Amino acid sequence: MASIQIEKLEKSYGHVSVLHGIDLDIRDGEFIVLVGPSGCGKSTLLRMIAGLEDVSRGEIRIDGSRVNERHPKDRDIAMVFQSYALYPHMNVAGNMSYSLRLRKTAKEKIGAAVAGAASKLGLEPLLERRPKALSGGQRQRVAMGRAIVREPKAFLFDEPLSNLDARLREQMRAEIKKMHADLKATSIYVTHDQIEAMTLADRIVAMHGGVVQQVGSPLELYDRPANLFVAGFIGSPGMNFLDIIYREGAAFLKDGSRIALKSPAPVTEGSNLTLGIRPEHMTIATDGTGIAAKVELAEPTGFGIILHLSVHGVPVKVFTLDRQALNMGGEIAVSFPAQHIHLFDGEGRRMD
Amino acid sequence: MKQSLLPTVAHRLAILCYIAFALFPLFWLLKVSVTPNDLLYSEGVRMWPSRTTFDHYAFVLRHSAFPTFFKNSLIVSASTAVVVTACASLSGYALSRFSFRAKYAIIALMLLTQMFPLVMLVAPIFKILSPLGLTNSLTGLVIVYSAFNVPFATFLMQSFFDGIPKDLEEAAMIDGATKFVAFRQIILPLTLPGIAATLGFVFTAAWSELLFALMLINGNDAATFPVGLLTFVSKFSVDFGQMMAAGVMALIPAGLFFLLIQRYLVQGLTAGAVKG
Repeated sequence: MASIQIEKLEKSYGHVSVLHGIDLDIRDGEFIVLVGPSGCGKSTLLRMIAGLEDVSRGEIRIDGSRVNERHPKDRDIAMVFQSYALYPHMNVAGNMSYSLRLRKTAKEKIGAAVAGAASKLGLEPLLERRPKALSGGQRQRVAMGRAIVREPKAFLFDEPLSNLDARLREQMRAEIKKMHADLKATSIYVTHDQIEAMTLADRIVAMHGGVVQQVGSPLELYDRPANLFVAGFIGSPGMNFLDIIYREGAAFLKDGSRIALKSPAPVTEGSNLTLGIRPEHMTIATDGTGIAAKVELAEPTGFGIILHLSVHGVPVKVFTLDRQALNMGGEIAVSFPAQHIHLFDGEGRRMD
Repeated sequence: MKQSLLPTVAHRLAILCYIAFALFPLFWLLKVSVTPNDLLYSEGVRMWPSRTTFDHYAFVLRHSAFPTFFKNSLIVSASTAVVVTACASLSGYALSRFSFRAKYAIIALMLLTQMFPLVMLVAPIFKILSPLGLTNSLTGLVIVYSAFNVPFATFLMQSFFDGIPKDLEEAAMIDGATKFVAFRQIILPLTLPGIAATLGFVFTAAWSELLFALMLINGNDAATFPVGLLTFVSKFSVDFGQMMAAGVMALIPAGLFFLLIQRYLVQGLTAGAVKG
């Protein structure tokens, strides 16, 4: 197990720069999730840590020693690929033991390591099979087994679950979490799925456009997103954003409707700000207060209902557990609880 | 059922026609090789002679230089196939995986070499090989054949390497392999169908090459089989029976060779490597 430090890391292909100065300090045994939309540089960052991509500028240290120039084989890390990348001409046991055989490990040790990993992952009956005779979930397990037999310094996961169906993904997610609790191995996990990020991570690194947007625990990112990107990316359905004008310690929509805030914002009167509020925090007002909204669409999810509203022309979503909402039509009123309101300035940064 | 029967029958019939068309010359070769000389011109066109004999085979094996031709051809073709396949897998891998300066210039150059008519090159190649003592030698032939086959074989191998996901090598390198070990232990075994195809292609090309063998070799000692066949043509007659018998025997190694590699030719080894 090891800590990993990343300092002012940059990556460019010719004149195209994809990572702009990444700083990250990963503690021993921590589960870090790199999350962001496609093209944000998260996979590139992971591949640089693995040694599959060269470092343009900056430094990567594993356990305190610089690894920029080290080949992947000398970094002592294991990686699970999105495509699983199992060796098709070797059976499951062969796939899992390949790294140990390359290191000329004693036969008994290899046998014990493979048996241990296989029992942990329920692969014992499959050890003699070739990858093409396995289902997607089984291949995924073999890929994980191949990583854990080595007891490496760190595990890298590159969207390992995105080729599985939804049910299997849920199951494997839980297994990965259990495995991490078990092995306490430093892990870096890349995904574009914010649910995976929220459920697995000790700390999430939200990335966008080659820049780290926020680093923090899942709930920190959910409760106090640092900027508009993180606010919009974390949570499903996504956060509602409304343009407001700040006056007299309150927020005013374009049409003049007033939304109360829990504390005054440190800006001048009449500033243009963005107000954010999560759909699950908005309420439907039945006592005659609240702001008028038009129901455009109701989506039942089974657990609750997502209402698509239009508040003076601005699309707003409300998530409610109240089944009555399915029958609502036409005009309703919604309220914006002050304790759940996030304010962002003109550059999209969080205000408080 | 009746409706779907007709297309199947038509399909099989079409295949049958093609097979008959493709195999007929081989059948004729066989037929002439077992026809006694006295019946060859007297019986007219018949599908099978009224009397068969293996005299031609016996004569070719005992009294002609055919065994020497056969041995020479085998040495030249097998060496060429091995040399070309080894070179082409390395260069094909490089073209498929690495980006380096002048990569496209090299590709263009290799394509260019394929554009000259061989006849044009006979004289200069003779001129180059002769001071080196490589005319009238099997080594010279292997070198020339290899030079001509490497470009095409490289492109062939490159396309096979292109079909193997890069993830596999990366996984191997993370597992602790160097680039070369990953190539040898992971990529090469997966390219066996490609290697078999390349071996087969080069082997047959070298086996049946006539022009250079004829120009660079004189005398029977270093003659290959296609050149040797010409010895059955004399000034006044063509000894068809013996020529055909020699031809049938020349088919045997090529047939055996393909029997050996056909398992790899049809096998899709990469299935199941990645999501699929």
